[in-house]
This record gives sequence, structure tokens and C-alpha cells, in this order.
Amino acid sequence: MEFKDLFYYPFILGAIYLFGVVIWRFTKWFIGLSKIDKIRVRIGLFSKKTLKSIWESIREGLLHRNVFRNNKLLGYMHMSLAFGWFLLIVVGHFEASSYHGSMFFPFQHSVFFRYYVTDNVDFPGHVFFAYAMEILLFFVLSGVMLAYFKRFRSKAFGMKRTTRMRYGDRIGLTALWLIFPMRFLCETFTAGVYHNGSPIFNNIGDAFASLGNLEPWLNPLWLTYSIVLGVFFVALPYTRYMHIPAEINLIFLRNWGVTLKERRVNTYTLAQVYSCSRCGICIDACQLNLAGIKNSQSVYVLKNIRNKNLTDEVLFNCLICGKCQEACPVGIDVNKLRITQRIETTRQYNSSYDYLKTSEAKKTDIVYFAGCMTHLTPAIKKSMLQILDAAGENYWFMDENKAPCCGRPLMTAGQFDAAQKLIDTNTKMILDSGAKKLLVTCPICYKVFKEDYTLPNVEVVHHSEYILDLVKQGKITLKASDKNVVYHDPCELGRGSGIYDQPRELLSQSVTVKPIAHEREKALCCGGSLSNLKISMDERSVLSAQVMNEFASYNPDYVVTSCPLCKKTFAKTDILPVKDLAEVVVENLTPRS
Amino acid sequence: MDFGFSTLEARSIDFDKFDGRILRYVLQYEPSLLVCLSCGGCTATCSAGNLTDFNIRRLQLMLRRGEVENLQTEINKCMLCGKCLLVCPRGVNLRNVVMLIKKALVHFKNQEN
Repeated sequence: MEFKDLFYYPFILGAIYLFGVVIWRFTKWFIGLSKIDKIRVRIGLFSKKTLKSIWESIREGLLHRNVFRNNKLLGYMHMSLAFGWFLLIVVGHFEASSYHGSMFFPFQHSVFFRYYVTDNVDFPGHVFFAYAMEILLFFVLSGVMLAYFKRFRSKAFGMKRTTRMRYGDRIGLTALWLIFPMRFLCETFTAGVYHNGSPIFNNIGDAFASLGNLEPWLNPLWLTYSIVLGVFFVALPYTRYMHIPAEINLIFLRNWGVTLKERRVNTYTLAQVYSCSRCGICIDACQLNLAGIKNSQSVYVLKNIRNKNLTDEVLFNCLICGKCQEACPVGIDVNKLRITQRIETTRQYNSSYDYLKTSEAKKTDIVYFAGCMTHLTPAIKKSMLQILDAAGENYWFMDENKAPCCGRPLMTAGQFDAAQKLIDTNTKMILDSGAKKLLVTCPICYKVFKEDYTLPNVEVVHHSEYILDLVKQGKITLKASDKNVVYHDPCELGRGSGIYDQPRELLSQSVTVKPIAHEREKALCCGGSLSNLKISMDERSVLSAQVMNEFASYNPDYVVTSCPLCKKTFAKTDILPVKDLAEVVVENLTPRS
Repeated sequence: MDFGFSTLEARSIDFDKFDGRILRYVLQYEPSLLVCLSCGGCTATCSAGNLTDFNIRRLQLMLRRGEVENLQTEINKCMLCGKCLLVCPRGVNLRNVVMLIKKALVHFKNQEN
């Protein structure tokens, strides 16, 4: 056998191995999905959702729109590598097809086209293809150069910190970094000997040829190129580069409606975990960095799940504020993933709360549930009751003296079975009252009542929505004041429940809300989140002080929030006065004539 | 033997019954429990304590004295609402302590079996 029949084997074997592993994993993941998810896939397969997924795969998998949004240079780097490589393969295939006069020929003939075709044959479009392929290679190489550069100066890419790598990742990374420079050397050297490229490569080849005889270099170079490709393909399933096929798979599954079935870890977890490219965008989004916590960011949790070495210390050290989920370019549902893992690790020790008894419910129109946190901030409770009285509403203060917790703190700690008992008790009380509305002054309660309780014909309202409604109905009137305030979006209300406008609209009735850098989806966490079981009080104060100092830079008269926990946490910093929405309303309430 | 003084039973620790495994386990992962001064603020504000006789301060004392017989039934009354965390003057991460006790109980039970 001659060299030309052998050198491409590392590439071909690597590619076959890669496809084998990827297909094996995708099959395993599909089989592990729940029955209902499989039905969803079957229904979705021949629907518009598939077309949508194809478009999304091109947009995210090749063009990387979401990374562009984060940082243009980072986006260009990812796009040039992914889209450029994709085009190299496609255009390369057309070039070889044109040469062979058929779409079917051995695969290696398109990948190593310049090795095989050294005579200047005149096939249709050969000038166009030569130029196109060389320009595309420069396009990809520009991305590789940026990748080298990023290792030394990630700040230029808008990233303060990048992900720590595993040993296997380094092998994959090295192979990936070598592929395109190798290809460049192979093709220019070959062009230097045979002049089979476009004028660009022929000239570069001639320049190389002026240094010495290039011919003995050709075979070793092409063999190295083939080996580098092979190594990358074999390493791919075991490194972060598995995200390339997995992300496409995830886009399709997600669009077909597959969800992470709460309470159970299933193979959809793996489908998501393997889709993480460890780009590290979530690391900068995480506020815990400020407190010196550097091992529990989403990228590391996903990595730990994949490597099966996730510890409680890492898993529970997260505010579940949702900032990383907002930033994730792959759209991985990190919060849900993390909570499912928490459910799994605490499954063995759920409580039963046998002592819970339902007391008699009062017949009413509106049930007011203050929640544990509001009881710790009596000013909010008092203001809310004052507003209810001023509006002349018929209400029942459900947990005035005694009531269980809403269950959300248990749920974020993974204790779903335990929380169910609290949910059942509260549900009975609320339904017994015959109320049409459930009013809450705490976003934590709001989220759980809205999402996890079954309350037919009961509208769950946060006090920001409720008071705004009262104003619109004319039941209360507010006077304007000259105060300037900063509004803080609580995580559970903003990113958690999508309520951004109502509090601002309500506030604008009486005060001026200053726009700030981190607001709405980008709002910072106050640091008090109950979802983090591991963070110490000192670390929490670092976070809240940082947020308050940012607020202080806008010189507001005071900070307004709509969450008792945020208020309590901020108040501890003693940097600016903090008020709840309800308090601001009460201050500006005009007595009814 | 008569030493000329007597001890109150409530103040004595019986080392034959002392079980420090759970305490050590909790302190390993949540050392902040060490700075607890047993002020009882946590118990005063406790949502579960409002509904039943749950007393987190007493639990903490029981844990330190190695009296763990009733720990299982007692600790399961906590609803993890987090009020104790916010009132604690020493910043003890009590919710984590509760979760660690629950975990330790299962951990040592599994070990025995």
C-alpha cells in the first residue's frame, strides 16, 4: 500500500468513532426520556417545530447570535470557527463534486482535496472554488488567532474570568487549535510545489519554496493534518466540544416540548449538561464571585454533574437568582437543573409536618397572605393593611396569627415532598374562604402560589399589581412628591415571574424612578436569597453592600423594592434608606374626601 | 459518694450516652454554629415554633450535649422559612444546620445498617 492510501486513516477512523459515540449517546438519551416526552417528540417531528429548530440550529449553532449579543468579538470568534468550518466542509464537498462530476465519492477526497488533485485540471468553477476555499480558511484562521489571543487577554472579549479546564479539554483544545494552521501549511506547501491553488496560496507557496525544497515536507504535513483531525474527533465526546452535536440535539428536543420533569433526574438532564460549551459567560454573570465563591457557578455544576462528582457544598451554594440562565447563550435551564439535583440529593430526608392543622377559614373576597418574611418586616404588613382599609376592601388576613410557610424555601432546597404538605394545608384554607383573589406581599410566596398551587378561580396577585389596580379603579388616590428613587427588581418577582412594569408604573404615580444600569432582566440579587444554603452572613453582606453602593451612585432619596427579604437584607447595610412599595404608597396616600 | 455538693441533673452530661457524631458532622460543614450564644431569637421568631412546640435553640443545646434520641422527630418540624437566619445576631447559618442534621441522621443510619 502506498502513502496516499494510508494517510487519511486517522481522520476516517476518528470520524467513524465520533459518529458512533454521538449516535449511541443520542439514542440512550432518547430512550431515557419519559413516556410523555417521547410522545411530544413524535408529534413534534413532523410539525413546524422541526423547521423552527433547523433555523435555530443555524442561528445559534453556526452564527452564534446569542454570543454576539454578549460581546461582538467573542461572537465573531465562535462564528468564524463554527460557521467557517461548516462552510469549508460544504464548499469543499461541492468543489470535489464538481471535480468528480458526481455527488458520490470517497469522503477523504473532499477533505484532502488539494492532496489528491495536484494537476491543474480544468473542472467547472475551479477558479471560484480555489478562491472561496482559501478565503474561508483565512476566515476560520482569524477565529483561531482570536482564540489564542483570548487565552492571554480574555478581558478584550468582555470576560473577566474564563472556565478552568480539565486535562481532556486541553487535548481537545490543542487539537482544535492545530487543525486549521496545519491545513494552511499543507495547502500552501502543496501549492508551492504544484501550483494547484488560487494565486493567493500559490504565491504564499512560492514564498515558502524560496526557503528550500518543499516536496519532502508534503507527506508528513498531510499525515499530521489527518492525525490532528482524528485526535480531535476521538477527544470530542469526552471534552466540552461534545456541546457541538449536543447543542443541536438540545435545540430540537426543547422545541419539540421536552421538559425537565420536575422531581426526577432523567436523560434530558444529560442532554442539557452535555450541551454546555463551558464558554464561561455564566461565570461573569454570577455575583458570588464578589464574595470569593468561585466553584459553584453553573458551568461548574454542569461539569460536576457530567463527571459525577457534584457535592452538596457546590450544589447548594447558589442564590438561584437566575442571572446565569438569562446570560446563557445555549439557553440551558440551569435553575431547574439545579433544583432537580437538589431534589435528588435530599430525597431521603423529607419531613411530613404531621402537626399541621387547618383552622377555620373566614368567608371573604380577598385573602391576604403576608408570609414569613413580611412578618419580619412589620412596616410592610402595616402599610398593606392600611391600604386595604383605605380602599374599603373586604379581606381576610389569613396568617395574622398562625399559618404554615408557603413552601417555596423548602422547594428551592429540594424538599418537594415536604413542601407538598404545606401546600395542601394552605390550599384548603384559601379555597375554604371562597375568595376570588389571593394577595401576597412577598415575591417568594407569589411565585409558589402562582406556579405550584392548584387554586381554581383564585387570582394570585402581588401587591404591586394589586395596588396599581386599586389606583386605576380610583379606590385610592396618590399625590405626587419630588422624591427620586431607585427601584430594585427582586429576583423572584422579576426574572422569576416576569413582573417589571407594574411596580414602576405604580411608583411613577408619586415619585420619580431613576433608570439604573442593572435593572429588569439584568437586576442584581440583594444577596439575601434563601435558595443559597451554604453562603455565610459575611459573604451575603459583601453582595448586598455592592448592590447598595451601586444604587447610592445614582443619589436617590431612598431605594424601593417589593420584597420583604430584599428590604431586610438591604437595610442591614445601612447605606441608604430602603422602603417597600406599600410604604411609599401609604406615605403618598390622599385621604378620601 | 458524698462530695459535700450535689449536681442538677439538667446540667449534667452523661458521657455514656454522649453521641457527638452528628455535632461533628454539622460543624465540619457549618462551623458558624460554634458562635451561637443561645439567645433564643431564632426560637422566638420561628414559624414552626408558632404552630407547634418546635424549639430550635433547645435542639442546638441537645446537639451539643450529644443527646440525639429525639432529634429526628424534632428537626422534621422545621419548615426552612429562613426567619431565624435573619434575626440571628451572630449570623449562624441555621437553615444549613437543619439540613445538615437531617442529612447526618440519614447518613449515620445508613452506616449502621
